[in-house]
Amino acid sequence: MTEGTAVAEAPANNLGLEQDLSDAVVGTWAEDTEPAFVIAPDRILDVLTRLRDAHGYDFLSNLTCVDYQGYGGKLRADIDARLEIVYNLYSTRRGGGSIALHVRVPEDDTVPSATSVYPGANLQEREVYDLYGVKFDGHPNLRRILLWDGFNGHPMRKDWHEAYYEEDAKPFRSRHPKGEYAFHEDKLPWAKNTTYPAGWDPDSWQEAVAYVPVSQAPQHEDEPHLDTESIVVNLGPHHPSTHGVFRMLTRVEGETILALEPEMGYLHRNHEKIGERNTWLMNMPFTDRLDYLNSMSNNWAYALAVEKLADIEVPERAEYLRVIMAEFTRIVNHTWSIGFILNDLGALQTPALYAIEEREMILDLFEAVSGARMMCNYMRFGGVVRDLPEGWHEQAAYLANERLPRALDELDRLLTENEILKARGRGVGYLAVEDLIALSVSGPMIRAGGLAYDIRKAEPYGIYDRFDFDIPTLPNSDIYDRYYIRLLEAMESVRILQQALRDMPEGETLGGRGGYTLRAPEGEVYGRLEAPKGELGFYLSSDGKTQPWRYHVRSPSYINLNALGPMSVGYKVADAIVILGAIDIVLGEVDR
Amino acid sequence: MFGTGLLKGLGVTLKHALDTFEDDRDSVPDRYRGSLDLGNNRRVIQQPIDQEGLLTIQYPEEKRLLPERFRYIPMLIWDSEKQEDRCTACGICAKVCPPQCIWIVRDSDENGKPVTRCSEFYIDAAVCMSCSFCVEFCPFDAIKMNHDYELAVYDRYPQLVYDMEELTVPLEYYAALWPTQYEEEQARRKEEEEQKRKQEEEKAAKAAARAAAKSAAAATDSAAAQAAPKRSAAELQALAKERAAQRQAQAADAGGSDDDAAAAKKARMEELKRRAQERARQRKEENGQ
Ligand code: SF4
Ligand code: SF4
Repeated sequence: MTEGTAVAEAPANNLGLEQDLSDAVVGTWAEDTEPAFVIAPDRILDVLTRLRDAHGYDFLSNLTCVDYQGYGGKLRADIDARLEIVYNLYSTRRGGGSIALHVRVPEDDTVPSATSVYPGANLQEREVYDLYGVKFDGHPNLRRILLWDGFNGHPMRKDWHEAYYEEDAKPFRSRHPKGEYAFHEDKLPWAKNTTYPAGWDPDSWQEAVAYVPVSQAPQHEDEPHLDTESIVVNLGPHHPSTHGVFRMLTRVEGETILALEPEMGYLHRNHEKIGERNTWLMNMPFTDRLDYLNSMSNNWAYALAVEKLADIEVPERAEYLRVIMAEFTRIVNHTWSIGFILNDLGALQTPALYAIEEREMILDLFEAVSGARMMCNYMRFGGVVRDLPEGWHEQAAYLANERLPRALDELDRLLTENEILKARGRGVGYLAVEDLIALSVSGPMIRAGGLAYDIRKAEPYGIYDRFDFDIPTLPNSDIYDRYYIRLLEAMESVRILQQALRDMPEGETLGGRGGYTLRAPEGEVYGRLEAPKGELGFYLSSDGKTQPWRYHVRSPSYINLNALGPMSVGYKVADAIVILGAIDIVLGEVDR
Repeated sequence: MFGTGLLKGLGVTLKHALDTFEDDRDSVPDRYRGSLDLGNNRRVIQQPIDQEGLLTIQYPEEKRLLPERFRYIPMLIWDSEKQEDRCTACGICAKVCPPQCIWIVRDSDENGKPVTRCSEFYIDAAVCMSCSFCVEFCPFDAIKMNHDYELAVYDRYPQLVYDMEELTVPLEYYAALWPTQYEEEQARRKEEEEQKRKQEEEKAAKAAARAAAKSAAAATDSAAAQAAPKRSAAELQALAKERAAQRQAQAADAGGSDDDAAAAKKARMEELKRRAQERARQRKEENGQ
């Protein structure tokens, strides 16, 4: 591909837009890998609206930004705009692949906010604003989200350097052959490494407690009540019910929630910046630390995206091993989640401990095959790193054929008909499935609302098209269904496991070309899979070097939190705890 | 009828209680089948995959038997047959390490010429993420994953920055931790052995010839360039001394004071060998049962 094609000749027809919008498409990008359409900034809302209404692209999966300052590739030789906003749209009704749109933004310019078309852009645009400093016109609540207000700069910009900055790319020269390692302890973190925005006084600063939705929450004037006042209450950040360090800022009247805002970032470690310094392979163990309950599916999602970008083949046996590990992980995650939904409901520990007993056995298997129970780091580009040890297959088959079905049935008997669970769960946290889709929610939550959308069927990856399994759905979209759908999904996973363990062939487990010197071809790619918590995607952009130019994680836990506020309003405080529990978040993935 | 769901659930809890009771009764005097007595009220346990009832292990009195592939912090292999470190200071491990927690100083001979041996090898165990990339990519089988996980200390620095001495273990230790992999490797290495030795002898001869021809070059020129935040060679030496002193204080409460750097190393090797034998015994018994 030559430089010219990146900007020229607007093939609007490929995007399938009608004539009146064809001028909105001003170019294409990265045709060699995954083509994207460049849209004029002032027309982006029209294009999004049209794609949503007339073309069925109802799901804004990924929205992120790329900073091209200092870009080394050939494609952008004659483009000045420094930043680009990336949109990946899918259709949940039709299934199939994505449409990728780019909007070019010069530094310090603004972009129209997509929240009016896709409310699910809310958290993602806030993240882009926080990390890149791009302002979105018309966003209802454009505040920093992962970082605090006193943070100086926008850390994902290429010219921003972290406190212990050493070099732009690993491996660092100081490690060999002279080994002049600089200890971080020698650099004072609170003196020269901390700066504040201009005009910022850390001493006089106080956090504004009443943010927009919370401060403008409606008063329940018409209800007969004692003379009460609505007050702002923080749930968290340090509280077991928040599943980590996470805060729900609520305005409550009595016990009723009038407005709720998720506050996060306490565990933020700029995973994506680290990812841009790392070589392609080095990111693999870092993905373990995202959703640390499901390192196997994180590994797979990243491997999948890189394989798509660099066009790497995966041997047959490795495909089976990946499915086996991913489905075991799904069972681990769902039993864990069921246990902790019950915990949040007040059924302390007994259901949780029963639910995670089988997890123990599965983690033992993970440890035997990969060397670690949770930080598995098991997959590589082009396969998996080690074949099964002796005796593993028999044990896994015993689990899949005997123990797990029995254990899941037992959980079913323990909980499903429980009258207290029904009383607490039925009708609580309701949100119509259309709203969930509009809020970019994915995973078990939309299936508990009646929509059979699962990437394993909608856009099969790996070898999922070979297995016989169903996508369970439930109609009510409430806490109870969100509990039950996970149990049903775990049962389906058992079915897949039985087939995969039965059919797995002998052979290679790792293809050739994915070592630590991998250079991915210039271009970009968005790869996704159905992680236990929802759609886990990796947006990768490469300028042909040994490091990713951009490494973005579309994490399901984070984006599913879009729905937390709308789902909680009108319910009691005690219900909000369970509503959060039933979203099933892991803060390692939320904050990244 | 209202309450049947609750009763059903209670049936499940009752079953669990009975399972645990039965399991306890069946396994007198050991709570778990296949557990091994280490003496001193300590035992190593492997839960069978069909374990019913209670799944708790009472750490630290009871420990799990770790699978061979368990990875924690890397260790460097001392080849006991050849009496040398396997590491050649090629630096690949330091390059692939994702958090960049390995750093290596390549040794040089008396003429200042770099040789295939390291003079310093550090791993910052507080930073290491146990990914085992260093092991996967080391071309000389010189670095392997250790199974020791009880590493808690009071200070991150310097105790968690492991130097070469702390990292080095004898080959037997590795063979006991990783028996399957060790066997495979050994077979492969035997094949390559002859060729390698020849090549190395040639190389060594050449290097020696060249080194003799040259005179000593300045070794200290780069030290001047070291900026303030970096630790100078002198400082590093001081730290190494500090560590050595700490180790001595820990290890030899009763021992003599002066000449025991070598003795301490030997003792450590012996201790590691003893543990290796113990581990081998555990595994054998485990397989036997
Ligand atoms: S441990 Fe292996 S990879 Fe690392 S420097 Fe030594 S020989 Fe090279
Ligand atoms: S295990 Fe991974 S993190 Fe630790 S030293 Fe080796 S390469 Fe580095």
